[in-house]
Amino acid sequence: MFDFTLTEELNMLREMVRDFANNELKPIAAKIDEDEAIPMDTIRKIGELGLLGAPFPIEYGGSGFGEVGYCVVQEEIGRACLSTATMIGAHTSIGTNAIYLGGNEDVKQRYVPQLASGQKIGAFALTEPTAGSDAFNLRTRAEQDGDYWILNGEKLWITNGPFADIFSVFARTKRGITCFVVEKGTPGFTPGAPEKKMGIRGSKTSSLTFENCRIPKENIVGSDGRGFLIAMKTLDAGRLGLGAACIGACKELLEMSTRYSKERKQFDQPIANFQAVQFMLAEMAEKIYTSESIVYRTAKMYDDGGKISKYSALVKLHTSEALDKCADLAMQIYAGMGYSRELPIERFYRDSRINRIFEGTTEVQKVVIAKDLLKSNGVL
Amino acid sequence: MNILVCVSRVPDTTTRILVGPDGKTADKTGVKFVLNPFDEFALEEGLRLREKNGGSVTAVTVAGEVAKDILRTSLAMGADKVAIIKTENEFDSYFTAQNLAEFASNRAFDIILLGKQSIDYDSLQIPAYLGELLGIPSIGVVSKLQIEGNNVSAERDIEGGKEIVSAQLPCIISAQKGLNEPRYPKLPDIMKAKSKPIEEVAAIDCQPRTTILEMSIPSKKRAGVILDGSDGSLDKLVTLLHEEAKVI
Repeated sequence: MFDFTLTEELNMLREMVRDFANNELKPIAAKIDEDEAIPMDTIRKIGELGLLGAPFPIEYGGSGFGEVGYCVVQEEIGRACLSTATMIGAHTSIGTNAIYLGGNEDVKQRYVPQLASGQKIGAFALTEPTAGSDAFNLRTRAEQDGDYWILNGEKLWITNGPFADIFSVFARTKRGITCFVVEKGTPGFTPGAPEKKMGIRGSKTSSLTFENCRIPKENIVGSDGRGFLIAMKTLDAGRLGLGAACIGACKELLEMSTRYSKERKQFDQPIANFQAVQFMLAEMAEKIYTSESIVYRTAKMYDDGGKISKYSALVKLHTSEALDKCADLAMQIYAGMGYSRELPIERFYRDSRINRIFEGTTEVQKVVIAKDLLKSNGVL
Repeated sequence: MNILVCVSRVPDTTTRILVGPDGKTADKTGVKFVLNPFDEFALEEGLRLREKNGGSVTAVTVAGEVAKDILRTSLAMGADKVAIIKTENEFDSYFTAQNLAEFASNRAFDIILLGKQSIDYDSLQIPAYLGELLGIPSIGVVSKLQIEGNNVSAERDIEGGKEIVSAQLPCIISAQKGLNEPRYPKLPDIMKAKSKPIEEVAAIDCQPRTTILEMSIPSKKRAGVILDGSDGSLDKLVTLLHEEAKVI
């Protein structure tokens, strides 16, 4: 009935991404955090290897691995560096995917291939000062002027904002919310300075300002007034990749914690001998196994064309809380050493926290799930 | 340039190997297999030679059906064609070399590249066997390779130093670590490898020359103790040699 084994090409993909993450990302993950930047050379390599277009079909510059393949990529990247996973996620599963899912053939042909192949970096711009959890409450406006639309307003917390080339921007029109493709350098469009963050410091986040910014009408994604649907559909898929990155980080933390608990001695014996520590390891394993099961099950459902809104909300809720728990337990096992910046535990601890906030807070996920349950009389 | 790369499927270095119930073979259950790391250097070198000189790269293995996965890895890295010389029986280096020589003999390869050893049985015999069977030069343990026209110059690692050897094409080169840095397969190439053909050749019948009588796991090494070398540690050394090592 269910088959959770990966195909040969997905295994090959996993091997390749793991090698890349071990050789090229893990050694610089601490530096990425300290410098608050992923080296441009690393981003270029990630693009050249096809890691920025995993889910998209080959004819759109991707590699046709679908959502399951994209989750495999994010899991392996998440093991090494959550800043990099965040950059890839914002580019792929929301920035580019909004155009791929919502755009007409012309917009897709003009933008998806150059994004999926990594020649250009994408970003997704929905959030505003007044529209966080209340995502519908957008104030950015778009007014039609002949063959152009004129954008005015401000976006906030946009991942990849400071350096992305192509933005999927949501704005309010007379007909509702509409999605536009905005290119870097368009007059009237200015990205803000990178925000100073607690975690995922290597990913760059900024505000965006639109001042009488003129966008050609062929850059509408889908049609006027359909933007909110596109945004919600895009975020459904985005939450799975976020969950996959959380799994990777949890696995890394469990492997590190298990090794350390066998080495670290107190009271003349390895701390792994103590049941209190054993229970922590078991709890981490339980979080990982459940996360892994729901992420890949839901990703497969998505690739098969299923409607996943409720399930991806469950995935986002569970995996982000799971990583927070695993990071907390790993810190407890490593104790003083975990608190030291010499080891990556404290970095995972800081990087973890955002997952319960961005792409819909834990509470918003619960609202999505509960709304659906009330409609279906509790049938999941 | 017509390039042949011989590849083999070996257990991943992180895998724990157990001896099977017959006491003569490795237990393959749950073991993860990969493309032999030294063959990856050979394949990378083949791909670079093709990029520089044109031509095509063929990867070949002598193995059972299961080894098709390493051929698809070879395709994903960039090999143009792949072939499997199929046998489901246990075999030795001589059998492998005879079959590779048979495969290579009527296909006019300019160069044959392979790893200096496969990290499973580590017999290190194939490169020399192949040279003998095909009657062409074979240069082993190469960490730097230069080819101008038909002239080959290869730097090889020898005990305590380097040796530079020259030869003419066609020849055989066995790759040592350091020869190059193998590329990562790109995502679209991994996907495309799935649908590329794998040529199948039946293995020729040839009697293996060795038989494995017994296989066992090496006894566990005990962790060493380092003393600080001061006069005071002499007594400790004597005590350890007497009581721990029991040699005096």
